[in-house]
Amino acid sequence: MADSTILAEVVGNVATIGYGLATLGPGIGLGILIGKTVEGIARQPEVAGQLRTTMFIGVAFVEVLALLGLIAGFLFPSA
Amino acid sequence: MRRRGVDRRPHDPEELVLYTAATTRLLAAAGESGGGFKAPTIAEFFPGVIAFEGTLFEFNRIMLVRVIGAVALCLLFWAASRRVSLVPGRGQGVAEMALDFVRVNIAQEVLGKDSRRYVPMLTTLFFAILAFNITGVIPLLNIAGTSLMGLPLVLAAWVYVVYLAAGVKAHHGVGAFLKSNLFPPGVPPVLYLLITPIEILQVFLFRPATLAIRLTANMIAGHLLLVLSFAATQFFFFEATGAIKAIGALSLAAGFAFTLFELLVAALQAYIFTLLAAVYINLSTEAH
Repeated sequence: MADSTILAEVVGNVATIGYGLATLGPGIGLGILIGKTVEGIARQPEVAGQLRTTMFIGVAFVEVLALLGLIAGFLFPSA
Repeated sequence: MRRRGVDRRPHDPEELVLYTAATTRLLAAAGESGGGFKAPTIAEFFPGVIAFEGTLFEFNRIMLVRVIGAVALCLLFWAASRRVSLVPGRGQGVAEMALDFVRVNIAQEVLGKDSRRYVPMLTTLFFAILAFNITGVIPLLNIAGTSLMGLPLVLAAWVYVVYLAAGVKAHHGVGAFLKSNLFPPGVPPVLYLLITPIEILQVFLFRPATLAIRLTANMIAGHLLLVLSFAATQFFFFEATGAIKAIGALSLAAGFAFTLFELLVAALQAYIFTLLAAVYINLSTEAH
Protein backbone atom coordinates (compact mmCIF):
# COMPACT_ATOMS: atom_id res chain seq x y z
CA MET A 1 0.00 0.00 0.00
CA ALA A 2 2.96 2.23 0.53
CA ASP A 3 3.69 2.94 -3.09
CA SER A 4 1.00 5.07 -4.60
CA THR A 5 0.45 5.29 -8.29
CA ILE A 6 -0.65 8.36 -10.14
CA LEU A 7 -3.29 7.32 -12.59
CA ALA A 8 -3.64 10.67 -14.26
CA GLU A 9 -2.33 14.10 -13.62
CA VAL A 10 -3.94 17.30 -14.73
CA VAL A 11 -1.64 20.22 -15.21
CA GLY A 12 -2.78 23.62 -16.29
CA ASN A 13 -5.44 26.11 -15.39
CA VAL A 14 -8.93 25.13 -14.31
CA ALA A 15 -10.18 28.36 -15.85
CA THR A 16 -9.70 26.70 -19.20
CA ILE A 17 -12.83 24.66 -18.63
CA GLY A 18 -14.49 27.35 -16.51
CA TYR A 19 -16.34 29.05 -19.31
CA GLY A 20 -17.49 25.71 -20.66
CA LEU A 21 -19.11 25.05 -17.29
CA ALA A 22 -20.53 28.56 -17.18
CA THR A 23 -22.41 28.03 -20.44
CA LEU A 24 -24.21 24.88 -19.27
CA GLY A 25 -26.86 26.54 -17.14
CA PRO A 26 -27.69 29.38 -19.54
CA GLY A 27 -27.71 26.83 -22.36
CA ILE A 28 -30.41 24.81 -20.63
CA GLY A 29 -32.25 28.02 -19.77
CA LEU A 30 -32.23 29.28 -23.34
CA GLY A 31 -33.40 25.90 -24.59
CA ILE A 32 -36.41 25.85 -22.29
CA LEU A 33 -37.19 29.53 -22.88
CA ILE A 34 -37.07 29.47 -26.67
CA GLY A 35 -38.67 26.04 -26.90
CA LYS A 36 -41.63 27.14 -24.81
CA THR A 37 -42.00 30.29 -26.89
CA VAL A 38 -42.09 28.21 -30.06
CA GLU A 39 -44.74 26.01 -28.47
CA GLY A 40 -46.75 29.08 -27.54
CA ILE A 41 -46.49 30.56 -31.01
CA ALA A 42 -47.53 27.24 -32.57
CA ARG A 43 -50.61 27.14 -30.37
CA GLN A 44 -51.56 30.77 -30.80
CA PRO A 45 -49.88 32.38 -33.80
CA GLU A 46 -51.89 35.57 -33.26
CA VAL A 47 -49.88 36.53 -30.16
CA ALA A 48 -46.52 35.75 -31.79
CA GLY A 49 -45.31 39.36 -31.58
CA GLN A 50 -45.96 39.69 -27.89
CA LEU A 51 -44.45 36.28 -27.13
CA ARG A 52 -41.35 37.14 -29.11
CA THR A 53 -40.85 40.40 -27.22
CA THR A 54 -41.24 38.65 -23.88
CA MET A 55 -38.88 35.91 -25.04
CA PHE A 56 -36.18 38.43 -25.88
CA ILE A 57 -36.48 40.01 -22.44
CA GLY A 58 -36.05 36.57 -20.91
CA VAL A 59 -33.17 35.76 -23.25
CA ALA A 60 -31.41 38.92 -22.11
CA PHE A 61 -31.65 37.88 -18.48
CA VAL A 62 -30.42 34.35 -19.14
CA GLU A 63 -27.68 35.47 -21.46
CA VAL A 64 -26.14 37.85 -18.96
CA LEU A 65 -25.33 34.84 -16.76
CA ALA A 66 -23.29 33.25 -19.51
CA LEU A 67 -21.54 36.55 -20.13
CA LEU A 68 -20.67 36.92 -16.46
CA GLY A 69 -18.81 33.64 -16.89
CA LEU A 70 -16.87 35.19 -19.75
CA ILE A 71 -16.08 38.33 -17.75
CA ALA A 72 -14.95 36.28 -14.75
CA GLY A 73 -12.30 34.66 -16.89
CA PHE A 74 -10.79 38.06 -17.59
CA LEU A 75 -11.32 39.44 -14.10
CA PHE A 76 -9.62 36.54 -12.30
CA PRO A 77 -6.84 35.38 -14.59
CA SER A 78 -4.63 32.55 -13.46
CA ALA A 79 -1.33 33.42 -11.87
CA MET B 1 -0.95 -4.14 -4.24
CA ARG B 2 -1.10 -2.24 -7.48
CA ARG B 3 -4.14 -2.60 -9.64
CA ARG B 4 -3.64 -4.51 -12.78
CA GLY B 5 -2.90 -2.54 -15.86
CA VAL B 6 -1.92 0.61 -14.07
CA ASP B 7 1.74 0.62 -14.85
CA ARG B 8 1.53 -1.07 -18.16
CA ARG B 9 2.42 2.27 -19.66
CA PRO B 10 5.64 3.83 -18.48
CA HIS B 11 4.84 6.75 -16.22
CA ASP B 12 6.57 9.82 -17.45
CA PRO B 13 5.49 13.09 -15.83
CA GLU B 14 7.01 15.15 -18.61
CA GLU B 15 4.94 13.37 -21.17
CA LEU B 16 1.76 13.82 -19.15
CA VAL B 17 2.39 17.52 -18.79
CA LEU B 18 2.91 17.76 -22.48
CA TYR B 19 -0.18 15.72 -23.13
CA THR B 20 -2.65 17.61 -20.96
CA ALA B 21 -1.29 21.04 -21.62
CA ALA B 22 -0.66 20.57 -25.31
CA THR B 23 -3.67 22.49 -26.47
CA THR B 24 -3.18 25.42 -24.15
CA ARG B 25 0.51 25.56 -24.95
CA LEU B 26 -0.32 25.71 -28.61
CA LEU B 27 -2.56 28.68 -27.97
CA ALA B 28 -0.30 30.40 -25.50
CA ALA B 29 2.90 30.26 -27.51
CA ALA B 30 2.39 33.89 -28.32
CA GLY B 31 5.30 35.24 -30.25
CA GLU B 32 7.97 33.58 -28.15
CA SER B 33 9.98 32.55 -31.18
CA GLY B 34 8.98 35.26 -33.60
CA GLY B 35 6.39 33.11 -35.37
CA GLY B 36 3.94 30.78 -33.72
CA PHE B 37 0.29 31.24 -33.06
CA LYS B 38 -0.69 34.49 -31.39
CA ALA B 39 -3.84 34.02 -29.35
CA PRO B 40 -5.88 37.18 -28.85
CA THR B 41 -5.89 38.60 -25.35
CA ILE B 42 -7.77 41.32 -23.56
CA ALA B 43 -4.96 43.67 -24.62
CA GLU B 44 -6.75 43.80 -27.99
CA PHE B 45 -9.06 46.36 -26.45
CA PHE B 46 -6.34 48.69 -25.24
CA PRO B 47 -4.52 49.76 -28.39
CA GLY B 48 -1.78 52.35 -28.43
CA VAL B 49 -2.53 56.02 -28.01
CA ILE B 50 -2.77 58.06 -31.21
CA ALA B 51 -2.91 61.59 -29.82
CA PHE B 52 -3.05 63.63 -26.62
CA GLU B 53 -1.02 61.07 -24.71
CA GLY B 54 -0.90 61.58 -20.97
CA THR B 55 -3.87 63.95 -20.87
CA LEU B 56 -7.45 63.24 -19.95
CA PHE B 57 -8.36 63.15 -23.63
CA GLU B 58 -6.16 60.28 -24.74
CA PHE B 59 -7.24 59.29 -28.19
CA ASN B 60 -6.77 55.74 -29.44
CA ARG B 61 -8.06 53.57 -32.24
CA ILE B 62 -11.30 52.70 -30.49
CA MET B 63 -12.07 56.38 -29.89
CA LEU B 64 -11.41 57.02 -33.57
CA VAL B 65 -13.80 54.19 -34.48
CA ARG B 66 -16.44 55.72 -32.21
CA VAL B 67 -16.06 59.11 -33.86
CA ILE B 68 -16.35 57.53 -37.31
CA GLY B 69 -19.42 55.60 -36.21
CA ALA B 70 -21.12 58.70 -34.82
CA VAL B 71 -20.33 60.79 -37.90
CA ALA B 72 -21.54 58.04 -40.23
CA LEU B 73 -24.79 57.71 -38.29
CA CYS B 74 -25.44 61.45 -38.39
CA LEU B 75 -24.60 61.62 -42.10
CA LEU B 76 -26.94 58.73 -42.93
CA PHE B 77 -29.89 60.29 -41.16
CA TRP B 78 -29.05 63.72 -42.54
CA ALA B 79 -28.98 62.29 -46.05
CA ALA B 80 -32.26 60.47 -45.48
CA SER B 81 -34.05 63.52 -44.11
CA ARG B 82 -32.58 66.11 -46.47
CA ARG B 83 -35.49 66.15 -48.88
CA VAL B 84 -38.40 64.80 -46.93
CA SER B 85 -41.49 64.34 -49.05
CA LEU B 86 -44.95 62.96 -48.48
CA VAL B 87 -44.22 60.15 -50.90
CA PRO B 88 -40.94 58.82 -49.53
CA GLY B 89 -38.00 58.11 -51.78
CA ARG B 90 -35.80 55.08 -51.32
CA GLY B 91 -33.53 56.51 -48.61
CA GLN B 92 -36.37 58.13 -46.74
CA GLY B 93 -38.34 54.87 -46.94
CA VAL B 94 -35.58 52.85 -45.34
CA ALA B 95 -35.09 55.45 -42.60
CA GLU B 96 -38.82 55.57 -41.90
CA MET B 97 -38.99 51.80 -41.69
CA ALA B 98 -36.10 51.73 -39.21
CA LEU B 99 -37.57 54.52 -37.08
CA ASP B 100 -40.97 52.86 -37.20
CA PHE B 101 -39.47 49.63 -35.92
CA VAL B 102 -38.32 51.33 -32.72
CA ARG B 103 -41.54 53.30 -32.30
CA VAL B 104 -43.95 50.41 -32.88
CA ASN B 105 -42.08 47.23 -31.98
CA ILE B 106 -40.27 48.55 -28.94
CA ALA B 107 -41.88 51.71 -27.55
CA GLN B 108 -45.55 51.01 -28.21
CA GLU B 109 -45.28 47.29 -27.58
CA VAL B 110 -43.83 47.80 -24.09
CA LEU B 111 -44.99 51.24 -22.96
CA GLY B 112 -48.40 51.38 -24.63
CA LYS B 113 -50.09 54.77 -24.74
CA ASP B 114 -47.40 56.23 -22.53
CA SER B 115 -44.72 55.66 -25.16
CA ARG B 116 -44.69 58.96 -27.02
CA ARG B 117 -42.52 60.77 -24.52
CA TYR B 118 -39.80 58.11 -24.62
CA VAL B 119 -39.63 57.49 -28.38
CA PRO B 120 -36.79 60.00 -28.99
CA MET B 121 -34.65 58.50 -26.25
CA LEU B 122 -35.28 54.90 -27.30
CA THR B 123 -34.61 55.77 -30.94
CA THR B 124 -31.32 57.43 -30.04
CA LEU B 125 -30.29 54.47 -27.91
CA PHE B 126 -31.14 51.93 -30.59
CA PHE B 127 -29.36 53.63 -33.47
CA ALA B 128 -26.36 54.72 -31.44
CA ILE B 129 -25.78 51.20 -30.14
CA LEU B 130 -26.39 49.70 -33.57
CA ALA B 131 -23.88 52.08 -35.16
CA PHE B 132 -21.23 51.46 -32.52
CA ASN B 133 -21.80 47.68 -32.59
CA ILE B 134 -21.67 47.37 -36.33
CA THR B 135 -18.20 48.90 -36.54
CA GLY B 136 -17.02 45.54 -35.18
CA VAL B 137 -17.61 43.83 -38.53
CA ILE B 138 -16.83 46.69 -40.89
CA PRO B 139 -13.49 46.07 -42.63
CA LEU B 140 -10.64 48.38 -41.53
CA LEU B 141 -12.53 49.50 -38.43
CA ASN B 142 -12.86 45.97 -37.06
CA ILE B 143 -13.61 46.82 -33.47
CA ALA B 144 -16.92 47.65 -31.89
CA GLY B 145 -17.13 51.10 -30.32
CA THR B 146 -19.10 49.50 -27.51
CA SER B 147 -16.45 46.89 -26.71
CA LEU B 148 -14.98 49.06 -23.98
CA MET B 149 -17.02 49.60 -20.84
CA GLY B 150 -17.14 53.41 -21.06
CA LEU B 151 -19.70 53.90 -23.79
CA PRO B 152 -22.23 51.29 -22.61
CA LEU B 153 -21.81 52.66 -19.09
CA VAL B 154 -22.80 56.16 -20.22
CA LEU B 155 -25.83 54.81 -22.08
CA ALA B 156 -26.84 52.66 -19.11
CA ALA B 157 -26.46 55.65 -16.78
CA TRP B 158 -28.78 57.62 -19.05
CA VAL B 159 -31.40 54.85 -18.85
CA TYR B 160 -30.86 54.64 -15.07
CA VAL B 161 -31.52 58.35 -14.54
CA VAL B 162 -34.50 58.34 -16.88
CA TYR B 163 -36.29 55.37 -15.33
CA LEU B 164 -35.73 56.62 -11.79
CA ALA B 165 -36.97 60.10 -12.71
CA ALA B 166 -39.93 58.68 -14.61
CA GLY B 167 -40.84 56.51 -11.62
CA VAL B 168 -40.66 59.38 -9.15
CA LYS B 169 -42.74 61.55 -11.44
CA ALA B 170 -45.37 58.86 -12.09
CA HIS B 171 -45.81 58.14 -8.38
CA HIS B 172 -45.77 61.84 -7.37
CA GLY B 173 -42.87 61.66 -4.97
CA VAL B 174 -39.82 59.66 -3.97
CA GLY B 175 -41.55 57.95 -1.06
CA ALA B 176 -44.44 56.62 -3.09
CA PHE B 177 -42.07 55.44 -5.81
CA LEU B 178 -39.90 53.53 -3.37
CA LYS B 179 -42.94 52.06 -1.62
CA SER B 180 -44.41 50.87 -4.88
CA ASN B 181 -41.17 49.38 -6.20
CA LEU B 182 -39.55 48.03 -3.04
CA PHE B 183 -42.65 46.88 -1.18
CA PRO B 184 -44.90 45.25 -3.79
CA PRO B 185 -48.43 44.93 -2.40
CA GLY B 186 -50.21 41.62 -1.96
CA VAL B 187 -47.24 39.97 -0.27
CA PRO B 188 -47.22 38.74 3.35
CA PRO B 189 -45.27 41.37 5.36
CA VAL B 190 -42.75 38.78 6.58
CA LEU B 191 -41.58 38.25 3.03
CA TYR B 192 -40.49 41.89 2.76
CA LEU B 193 -37.40 40.83 4.69
CA LEU B 194 -36.49 38.80 1.64
CA ILE B 195 -38.02 40.78 -1.19
CA THR B 196 -37.03 44.32 -0.31
CA PRO B 197 -33.24 43.82 -0.28
CA ILE B 198 -33.46 41.96 -3.58
CA GLU B 199 -35.59 44.71 -5.08
CA ILE B 200 -33.22 47.40 -3.82
CA LEU B 201 -30.33 45.65 -5.54
CA GLN B 202 -32.43 45.14 -8.67
CA VAL B 203 -33.60 48.71 -9.01
CA PHE B 204 -30.44 50.52 -8.00
CA LEU B 205 -27.63 48.21 -9.10
CA PHE B 206 -28.42 45.17 -11.21
CA ARG B 207 -30.55 46.82 -13.89
CA PRO B 208 -28.03 49.44 -15.05
CA ALA B 209 -25.03 47.18 -14.38
CA THR B 210 -26.35 44.27 -16.42
CA LEU B 211 -27.36 46.61 -19.26
CA ALA B 212 -23.77 47.79 -19.60
CA ILE B 213 -22.12 44.42 -18.95
CA ARG B 214 -24.34 42.55 -21.39
CA LEU B 215 -23.50 44.89 -24.25
CA THR B 216 -19.77 45.10 -23.50
CA ALA B 217 -19.30 41.39 -22.92
CA ASN B 218 -21.13 40.51 -26.11
CA MET B 219 -18.93 42.80 -28.15
CA ILE B 220 -15.72 41.59 -26.45
CA ALA B 221 -16.69 37.96 -27.04
CA GLY B 222 -17.57 38.66 -30.66
CA HIS B 223 -14.33 40.48 -31.37
CA LEU B 224 -12.19 37.78 -29.74
CA LEU B 225 -14.04 35.13 -31.72
CA LEU B 226 -13.31 36.90 -34.99
CA VAL B 227 -9.66 37.54 -34.09
CA LEU B 228 -9.26 33.89 -33.10
CA SER B 229 -10.72 32.68 -36.39
CA PHE B 230 -8.63 34.89 -38.61
CA ALA B 231 -5.43 34.56 -36.55
CA ALA B 232 -5.82 30.79 -36.74
CA THR B 233 -6.32 31.04 -40.50
CA GLN B 234 -3.15 33.07 -40.86
CA PHE B 235 -1.26 30.58 -38.72
CA PHE B 236 -2.50 27.51 -40.59
CA PHE B 237 -1.89 28.95 -44.03
CA PHE B 238 1.52 30.50 -43.55
CA GLU B 239 3.21 28.74 -40.65
CA ALA B 240 1.78 25.26 -40.37
CA THR B 241 3.29 22.55 -42.51
CA GLY B 242 1.85 19.63 -44.39
CA ALA B 243 -1.75 18.54 -44.25
CA ILE B 244 -2.53 20.81 -41.31
CA LYS B 245 -2.58 23.73 -43.75
CA ALA B 246 -5.95 22.45 -44.96
CA ILE B 247 -7.54 23.24 -41.59
CA GLY B 248 -6.98 26.89 -42.47
CA ALA B 249 -9.78 26.67 -45.01
CA LEU B 250 -12.09 25.56 -42.22
CA SER B 251 -11.11 28.39 -39.88
CA LEU B 252 -11.42 30.91 -42.72
CA ALA B 253 -14.96 29.72 -43.40
CA ALA B 254 -15.68 29.90 -39.67
CA GLY B 255 -14.37 33.47 -39.68
CA PHE B 256 -16.82 34.50 -42.38
CA ALA B 257 -19.67 32.67 -40.67
CA PHE B 258 -18.89 34.41 -37.39
CA THR B 259 -18.77 37.76 -39.19
CA LEU B 260 -22.35 37.23 -40.31
CA PHE B 261 -23.24 36.04 -36.84
CA GLU B 262 -21.72 39.20 -35.37
CA LEU B 263 -23.89 41.26 -37.68
CA LEU B 264 -26.90 39.52 -36.16
CA VAL B 265 -25.56 39.99 -32.62
CA ALA B 266 -24.96 43.71 -33.24
CA ALA B 267 -28.59 44.25 -34.21
CA LEU B 268 -29.90 41.93 -31.50
CA GLN B 269 -27.95 43.64 -28.74
CA ALA B 270 -29.15 47.08 -29.85
CA TYR B 271 -32.70 45.70 -29.79
CA ILE B 272 -32.32 44.07 -26.37
CA PHE B 273 -30.73 47.14 -24.79
CA THR B 274 -33.51 49.38 -26.06
CA LEU B 275 -36.21 46.87 -25.19
CA LEU B 276 -34.92 46.52 -21.63
CA ALA B 277 -34.67 50.30 -21.27
CA ALA B 278 -38.36 50.48 -22.19
CA VAL B 279 -39.20 47.62 -19.82
CA TYR B 280 -37.38 49.30 -16.93
CA ILE B 281 -39.21 52.58 -17.55
CA ASN B 282 -42.46 50.65 -17.64
CA LEU B 283 -41.66 48.76 -14.42
CA SER B 284 -40.86 51.90 -12.49
CA THR B 285 -43.82 53.94 -13.76
CA GLU B 286 -46.64 51.42 -13.54
CA ALA B 287 -48.71 51.28 -10.37
CA HIS B 288 -48.38 47.98 -8.57
